[in-house]
Amino acid sequence: MTDKPEKFIDENGIRSDNRRANEIRDVKIEVGVLSRADGSCYLEFGKNKVMAAVYGPREVHPRHQQKSNRAIVRYKYNMASFSVEDRKRPGPDRRSIEVSKVSREALEDQIFTEYFPKSAIDIFVEVLQADAGTRTAALNAASVALADAGIPMRSLVSACAVGKVDDTLVLDLNKDEDNYGQADMPIAMTPDGKITLLQMDGHLTEEEFRQGLEMAQEGCRQVYEMQRKALIDYYSKKTEVSGTEVTAAEDVKKDAPEETEGVTPLEVTEDIEDTEKIDDTNETGDAEETEDIRETGDSEDTVKAGDVGESEDSGEEVPYTGENADETDGQMDESEEESSNE
Amino acid sequence: MNKEIVSIIQKDQLYNLMLKGERADGRAFDEIREIKIETGVISKAEGSARVEIGDTKLIVGVKISPGTPFPDTPDVGVIITSLELIPLASPEFESGPPRENAVELARVTDRGIRESGAIDLKKLCMIEGEKVWIIFIDIHVLDDGGNIMDAAALGSIAALLTATIPAERYELGEDAPLPIRDIPVSVTAVDIGGGIVFDPSLQEERVANTKLTVISNQEGALAGMQKSGSGSLSPDQINHIVEVACKKAQDIREKFLEI
Repeated sequence: MTDKPEKFIDENGIRSDNRRANEIRDVKIEVGVLSRADGSCYLEFGKNKVMAAVYGPREVHPRHQQKSNRAIVRYKYNMASFSVEDRKRPGPDRRSIEVSKVSREALEDQIFTEYFPKSAIDIFVEVLQADAGTRTAALNAASVALADAGIPMRSLVSACAVGKVDDTLVLDLNKDEDNYGQADMPIAMTPDGKITLLQMDGHLTEEEFRQGLEMAQEGCRQVYEMQRKALIDYYSKKTEVSGTEVTAAEDVKKDAPEETEGVTPLEVTEDIEDTEKIDDTNETGDAEETEDIRETGDSEDTVKAGDVGESEDSGEEVPYTGENADETDGQMDESEEESSNE
Repeated sequence: MNKEIVSIIQKDQLYNLMLKGERADGRAFDEIREIKIETGVISKAEGSARVEIGDTKLIVGVKISPGTPFPDTPDVGVIITSLELIPLASPEFESGPPRENAVELARVTDRGIRESGAIDLKKLCMIEGEKVWIIFIDIHVLDDGGNIMDAAALGSIAALLTATIPAERYELGEDAPLPIRDIPVSVTAVDIGGGIVFDPSLQEERVANTKLTVISNQEGALAGMQKSGSGSLSPDQINHIVEVACKKAQDIREKFLEI
């Protein structure tokens, strides 16, 4: 563990990792990286590396947990033992139980659970490398993985933390700022501004809190754009690859420029007509072909049967616009420790 | 009855009352139920408090003993907070290891005390890296009448304020009071169909989707916050809750707690 730096912000307003106060770390998002999961996402947030997988809607085990009117959502946040400097004892501790609870609650209301009575939607997030802000990184990945799984959602959820160091509010704390800072406040929100996760500890005046909340919201909006872009890039690539769907994909592409930046999820449902075209092609067309492709195991470009249709059912979060990926590169630096005694 | 099975009629009733600006028990939206605090109720504990907020009752016991510090914080004392929702307190509680609700309540209480700097943990260090005082805060819920969160936080700080470091028993010098330098107070509100009510009763807590706990310190600054429940809140609602919660916390502090 490094010692407390003398100063977190230099005279030019630059932080120890060359960011300004209102800048988030580099984010890298990869969609559909796991072959067995119904939806998955690998995400790097600065030096944090997390992997999220979504299974479901599927049968509930143990059965007594099932709800007759809706799906239950289960969220499991787990830190790999090697993700921090001092080896973490494997298995759930009180911290991960709490993080799992608040994260589940941050997503639950955005999922149309009422569409899937008596079923379970399971979200698993593994923190592979921790460097402050793992719960927000995990939540961002989980949200994308849910969309990838084609789970109908009201909107994506984006998360970001704000904190205080040297009596200054800073967005997205890094490890030192988290360890020695004066406050830490992770939030998650939907693109239409509903706050679904809010935690805070440390010391903030009411005024600082108000400013911090605004800053964190701005951070969330930036994350949202990246999540959305990652999904769009991934799915537009997918539709191009499988031959029979090219027409459908092009149809959609024509519509793309009409979409305004930062489309709120509900507006996107206008694209549903296009959706149905894709749906049709998929169902009538090449169910067998996709099966074949899948067996070759080329998971990146494979279209899972029904995959496109499903995600478009949830149209809200996976609009088909086409722009090329421009993912920012994450760094592969040494891990640092996540606060060990709490 | 399962906590999930909330009668829709009950929810409807509370919502309709809310629209008229009323609550089922006749309180104003920002009115907190009657609070009773009694300290020193357990003589075997180094500090203790029995707290009632409306029907909610709990006992907090503080035990203090010497131990080794965490390796990453060798020069400060240790606080360990646990809370149990024992079956005695409600038909909905089951025995067994703490579930996520209990874990969350304990951790938020713990953060409120730790992050507000309520205890000067540096003064609890005897030999750096070897010997520090460890403070165990154990919260026993006796009756769940809603808003266990605020009662737990209140009970914890009240018990800490009366706690003595039992140095003589361990032949480590003279007994002394805990080095307390701040009094964090937790105030919780829930959202019922868009209306914000403070200090939710059990019924209100059940029908509400979203709960926000705000812990503030003596100077009126925020020391901790936790949103709980699957719903969401708008920034305006949050700002409103923060503002009222800080004021209410000040009232409670003046009335019940003094260093």
